[in-house]
Amino acid sequence: MNAPTTTANEDLFAYPQDRACPWQPSPGYQDLGRQGPLHRVRLWDGRWIWMVTGHSQARRLLADPRMSADRSRDDFPAVLPRLDAPIFKPIAIIGFDPPVHDVHRRLLAPDFSLKQVRAMRPRVEDLARRLVADMLQAGPPVDLVEAYALPIPSMVISELLGVPYDDHEFFEAKTVGLLQAKSAEDAERAGRELWDYLDGLITRKEREPGGAGVLSRLAGEVDEDGDLTREDLLRIALALLIGGHDTTSQMIALGVVTLLEHPGQLAALRADPDVLPAAVDELLRLVSITDVSGVRVATEDIEIDGEVIRAGEGVLVSSSMTNRDPGVFPRPYEFDVHRTRGGNAASGRQHLTFGFGIHQCLGQNLARMELEVAFSVLFEGIPGLRLGVPLEALPSRSGGTMQGVHTLPVEW
Amino acid sequence: MTAVWVSADQERCISGGRCMAATSEVFDQDEEGLVVVLTPQVAPELEDRVRKAAYLCPSRAIRIGDGPTQG
Ligand code: HEM
Ligand code: SF4
Repeated sequence: MNAPTTTANEDLFAYPQDRACPWQPSPGYQDLGRQGPLHRVRLWDGRWIWMVTGHSQARRLLADPRMSADRSRDDFPAVLPRLDAPIFKPIAIIGFDPPVHDVHRRLLAPDFSLKQVRAMRPRVEDLARRLVADMLQAGPPVDLVEAYALPIPSMVISELLGVPYDDHEFFEAKTVGLLQAKSAEDAERAGRELWDYLDGLITRKEREPGGAGVLSRLAGEVDEDGDLTREDLLRIALALLIGGHDTTSQMIALGVVTLLEHPGQLAALRADPDVLPAAVDELLRLVSITDVSGVRVATEDIEIDGEVIRAGEGVLVSSSMTNRDPGVFPRPYEFDVHRTRGGNAASGRQHLTFGFGIHQCLGQNLARMELEVAFSVLFEGIPGLRLGVPLEALPSRSGGTMQGVHTLPVEW
Repeated sequence: MTAVWVSADQERCISGGRCMAATSEVFDQDEEGLVVVLTPQVAPELEDRVRKAAYLCPSRAIRIGDGPTQG
């Protein structure tokens, strides 16, 4: 059991806290990180959980089979009110422990492998170039979220899954509704609409087998007594559709902001296109777009660095802070596209933006490819790009995990 | 100097391809997206990068030892 609401909890650090800068963790988390690797923090509902800011502790805990990701457990912490919505309780793959997790993940792995993603790259480049041409034709100012950052991942995931892109306004709006909801009720409403939509889509795919995309393939593998029931498939479709575009689009947006605010780094990237993959991983590290690497509940007492995480206690791993562990990343708050250079070829890539352990992001190769394409095509096509409003005036998202901006006005 | 050997457990692999991205000379992915070790006996100049791949592997599927692994 988690600790009940007590007055003692009121003295604890209140989670979450908003960022003051789009690419840096909230000042409060920065203070916390200086005090050690493991902290007790108080949630919206008065419960408390562990917040992990140390890199090695995070790796150990996220790879520990005694930590459960099962959101249907009573003791699983709802770190934000929206995560209390029933639609989130059995969320496919990410919210399941083995063996079900492994079975479903393996059904999808072939579609997300490095080779598969590399084969998709030329089409994504064409798409990005078309969007740049449209922006140039429309002329400044442009909202980069609507014109570029959102359409790229949205079209890519539609094509991969076999969801008609014509419906994009609907599923984009409902995804934002689900991920930015301030209450469980609002999240549930948006989630149900997406669910009904996918239910109809999968019904059509069942009637007309042989269509393109992952969902068509999996619709042919549904077996009510086997590894993939129809409800499983719907849950997987929902998880992929939600996971597939909001994270990546906001990472494109905040990545562009970070590059524009660091002209020296942008110039270094322009001067040497070979730096691109390292620059993307450095941006992923710095921006930590989801702010969180994972949430778990301990199923047994776990001793770690002199502390004991008791069975039933919740754990939240901060990606923005573990990505700034000074023992792993020298000058952790600095943006340095050359970080992976030098002695340690992996030093920039060991960020925990995609999580760690068996739940490490399924879409990470896809996301990296989309980000590489998005940044390179944009800065090549519009070399004079600049923010259309001062940095402080950007309409930033607030409240918790998914960082980002509602709009990103740009000019050239 | 004794040679280093590497093996990878497909049962544990979650197909993220971190090993292949770090050291494509040694690691590959099969049709299912699962890890495949191309050269179990690691050339000395690749040892550092193979250790890095093992460190980056999120599911601890990569084992480094001083001899070939059975089975
Ligand atoms: C910049 C973009 C992205 C970021 C930062 C990101 C981040 C993450 C993180 C931190 C996790 C681990 C959560 C946990 O351990 O509890 C995760 C898991 C996952 N992500 Fe992503 N993600 C991104 C893009 C994508 C894309 C494009 C997809 C594609 C559909 C995707 C699908 C998934 C899925 C299905 C999981 C669950 C994997 C599992 O539980 O085994 N993500 N992601
Ligand atoms: S890094 Fe590990 S989990 Fe990922 S593909 Fe390689 S062996 Fe598999």
